[in-house]
Amino acid sequence: MNIYVLLKKTFDTEEKIVVSDGRIEDDSAEYIINPYDEYAVEEAIKQRDEHGGEVTVVTVGDEDSEKQLRTALAMGADKAVLINTEDDLEEGDQYTTTEILAAYFEDKDVDLILAGNVAIDEASGQVGPRLAEKLDIPFVTTIVGLDIENETVHIEKDVEGDVEKVETSLPLLVTCQQGLNEPRYPSLPGIMKAKKKPLEELELDDLDLDEDDLEPKTETIDIFLPPEKEAGRILEGEIEDQVKELVSLLKDEAKVL
Amino acid sequence: MSKVLVIGESRDGTLRNVTFEAIAAAKKIKSDGEIVGVLCGDDNLEELAQELIYYGANRVVTVADEKLGHYTSDGYGQAVKAVIEDEAPDAIVMGHTAIGKDLTPKIASKLNTGLISDVTEINEEDGETVFIRPIYSGKAFEKKVIKEGLVFVTIRPNNIPALERDESLSGEVESKDVEIKDLRTIIKEVIRKKSEGVDLSEASIVIAGGRAVKSKEGFDSLYELADLLGAAVGASRGACDAGYCDYSLQIGQTGKVVTPDLYIAFGISGAIQHLAGMSNSKVIVAVNKDPEANIFNIADYGIVGDMFEVLPLLIEEVKKIKAEN
Repeated sequence: MNIYVLLKKTFDTEEKIVVSDGRIEDDSAEYIINPYDEYAVEEAIKQRDEHGGEVTVVTVGDEDSEKQLRTALAMGADKAVLINTEDDLEEGDQYTTTEILAAYFEDKDVDLILAGNVAIDEASGQVGPRLAEKLDIPFVTTIVGLDIENETVHIEKDVEGDVEKVETSLPLLVTCQQGLNEPRYPSLPGIMKAKKKPLEELELDDLDLDEDDLEPKTETIDIFLPPEKEAGRILEGEIEDQVKELVSLLKDEAKVL
Repeated sequence: MSKVLVIGESRDGTLRNVTFEAIAAAKKIKSDGEIVGVLCGDDNLEELAQELIYYGANRVVTVADEKLGHYTSDGYGQAVKAVIEDEAPDAIVMGHTAIGKDLTPKIASKLNTGLISDVTEINEEDGETVFIRPIYSGKAFEKKVIKEGLVFVTIRPNNIPALERDESLSGEVESKDVEIKDLRTIIKEVIRKKSEGVDLSEASIVIAGGRAVKSKEGFDSLYELADLLGAAVGASRGACDAGYCDYSLQIGQTGKVVTPDLYIAFGISGAIQHLAGMSNSKVIVAVNKDPEANIFNIADYGIVGDMFEVLPLLIEEVKKIKAEN
């Protein structure tokens, strides 16, 4: 099976967000594989081990994205592709990323594409479904179970807590939800091997893309932090009295009861 | 005259509140535009269509087909696309729900348009409609515009208030025939795992428990309070990992992001990943034994104490005020 994983690097979840001049400071930020994409990498490896084939991890990013790709290779992926847009693109949105990926996949023989259901930074969750539409293949989002039996694919899909059992077929794109699996940590031998695994670097030229074709459809005009919260009130006294006070505050001051 | 499509969504035979909020959002985007509701399903869409009109839609288009009884991106995609081709709207609004997240990027990709997802605020700035959405799990916000063409957005539930329901409003309901081709994805079964009651992402009050809840039984008492308040129950990752509750209740960076009017956290320390999922709640109450717990830094009201002592007292007090009303 030809299995592909769409991977994005995101800020580490512990990272504090600093904004200056309407942009997020990213100079000293620590990056990780987007947590939902880790489920995708893990699932890809498991499916390959069961059905054979090859796992290729693809990212649209910059030079530094190599680190996250190497981590995915160390987990067990076979190949990595870095589509480096650093020198060519100033701005992009989900439309841009999808166009780039669609161009990459144009001449690929795809059985399964896995992605995270959302990236924890921009959190739009668009690129997976957008790409499936461009490639004209079915997609299922937020999956928590995947079982491939010949041409038939059985999926469990999380729908706001309920689980739908879905039947579909390959080729297919899925986006992964927490609960699908437990992503493995790269082993030391895995890390050593990953250094020698193929990592192909492409630029827009290699995909016959021009910056003009990729003009984003949306624009971010400002980024700002939420207003500082005023210090809250820690209630005092006997617990019974605190609870009484709390209820009357919620009712009369905050007006939420 | 400009036109805005609002793609409606129902569950168990009733429209979701976010659909009404989407109508209000549509009015913000094109204040003098015609608002056209769109409903898909297998049958009985008339009554739901009428509700859309009471909440401010000028007209509703329904697409009924047996293949649309259950949402699939394939089925709804075909139906909604046909309506869009007919109506040629200037804007489309839908809720940022499981269905909205699944359907709208597919349509945007088909139409080659932009899409701004998960919008919490819509403003007019220098004659331009500006959309605000949380990024980095609410640690920051971005202000976005659609550069040209179709304005296409999904709105986060519980942020843009719906308009008053008004039964004096009237409008045309038109049923449209769309030939739905064979579906590539088929729903075989739906397993209801969700706890009874209020949907977490739409709830106006959320009662959340952390590891200190200590057991499944501990969560039962949170449900008692939640039921009294018409609230939903949520949890920290720690509580889910410990098996006290289902992962579908998890609030945080992974998990759900909620913005209720009132968030009450019991025994939640307030790890940054949890705060990411709830810090934009309007009023936050924290109950924790540890006065140094991080959750107190963002709480509006805090009680330092044992949640098992506080919870029964709180249930009693709430019963009292409910009785008074």
